[in-house]
Amino acid sequence: MVVRSSLLRRKAGRFWIILACFICFGSAIGLILNAFSSNIVFFMTPSQLSAHTPQPTQTIRLGGMVVAGSLHTTHQDDGTPDILFDITDGQAAMTVHYHGILPDLFREGQSVVALGRLKAPHNFIASEVLAKHDETYMPKEIADELQRTGKWDPRFGPPPNASSWNSMIKKGQ
Amino acid sequence: MKHIHHYLSPANFLQITRWATPLCAICGSGILSIGLIAGLCLAPPDWQQGETVRIMYIHVPMAWLASACYALLAICGLCSLIWRHPLANIIAIEAGPLGAYATALCLITGSLWGKPSWGTWWVWDARLTSMLVLFFLYLGHILIIRAFDDPIRGHRAAALLSLVGIIDLPIIKFSVQWWNTLHQPASITLTGTPTMAFSMLWPLLTSAVGFTLIGLALLCSRIKAALLERRSYSLILRGE
Repeated sequence: MVVRSSLLRRKAGRFWIILACFICFGSAIGLILNAFSSNIVFFMTPSQLSAHTPQPTQTIRLGGMVVAGSLHTTHQDDGTPDILFDITDGQAAMTVHYHGILPDLFREGQSVVALGRLKAPHNFIASEVLAKHDETYMPKEIADELQRTGKWDPRFGPPPNASSWNSMIKKGQ
Repeated sequence: MKHIHHYLSPANFLQITRWATPLCAICGSGILSIGLIAGLCLAPPDWQQGETVRIMYIHVPMAWLASACYALLAICGLCSLIWRHPLANIIAIEAGPLGAYATALCLITGSLWGKPSWGTWWVWDARLTSMLVLFFLYLGHILIIRAFDDPIRGHRAAALLSLVGIIDLPIIKFSVQWWNTLHQPASITLTGTPTMAFSMLWPLLTSAVGFTLIGLALLCSRIKAALLERRSYSLILRGE
């Protein structure tokens, strides 16, 4: 009986030691991640960039939504497109200048991330453009129907909530 | 509690694996074939990603399995450190490679999905990087549990590694909420309604259940082999 209780006490002791180590280690990692939060973010938004302007030589990533109606493409002599578009986060906007081929999912209203340098305030020279896509997965028929009935325009933002598609389409008919 | 102890003794668990392996394998292959046929052939293409979205039916279950398997490793590590349970060490040895496969498949399919949708194979954003860290944690666990001549020291070191590495799971889960990333947030959450059409949701959940059952069948058969190996080794030592 004595042996059994001392064994139990040792097991409980090991449990508390592990728990204490785990809490210490977990809070250390939490504090580190919190401190480096600004380095962990993959991109900066236009309002963050205009709040503290980086050096013109510094390479940064700018992310946000492509403003509807801001996309202008001109073709150069060698055939590669020269592209101008605005990126916004709802508060500030920035013009991006990009020379190259855009990803397939790039369109007005899409969230994109551009890698490049801020030449002048509100003028961003991109060397690479990546398209984000949102977490909504929607069949083409529903997307067409929502656009046809005027319930949603992909150029002005992400699609509506999946649970509301049916009622929106029914109302539109 | 007594019952759990009874079933978790290596001899009794061997009996469980004898029927659990074929059961999981048969159910799993049936459910997985339904899920994959529905996902890869019947489900509608996405309105903006088109047919590329079908990679999701493999990528997402692999990501879930990779995380779940690491949670299993950590539970085994805890049981091994506190109760010195022999079965916990065996499960940890056998689950590690399976989790590493799932993580590798998740990373590979994610890369194949990223090129056509984002325009790049790989970026160092928080979600992708934390998933790569999980892969290296698996590799470290696989190495360290076999690295010592004295297996008990290996079990202890691996258990510690699995408990330390569990920190990575919440980082993976919340990386897309805490920091802005190229990877999109989760479509299926425990609390909210899924942001996915039902015609895409059910094949995804079905193939996730199928992959999980196949994973359990593989795990059970590996544990069975390990237990039989131990038994035959002890018989040889006894000179029978």
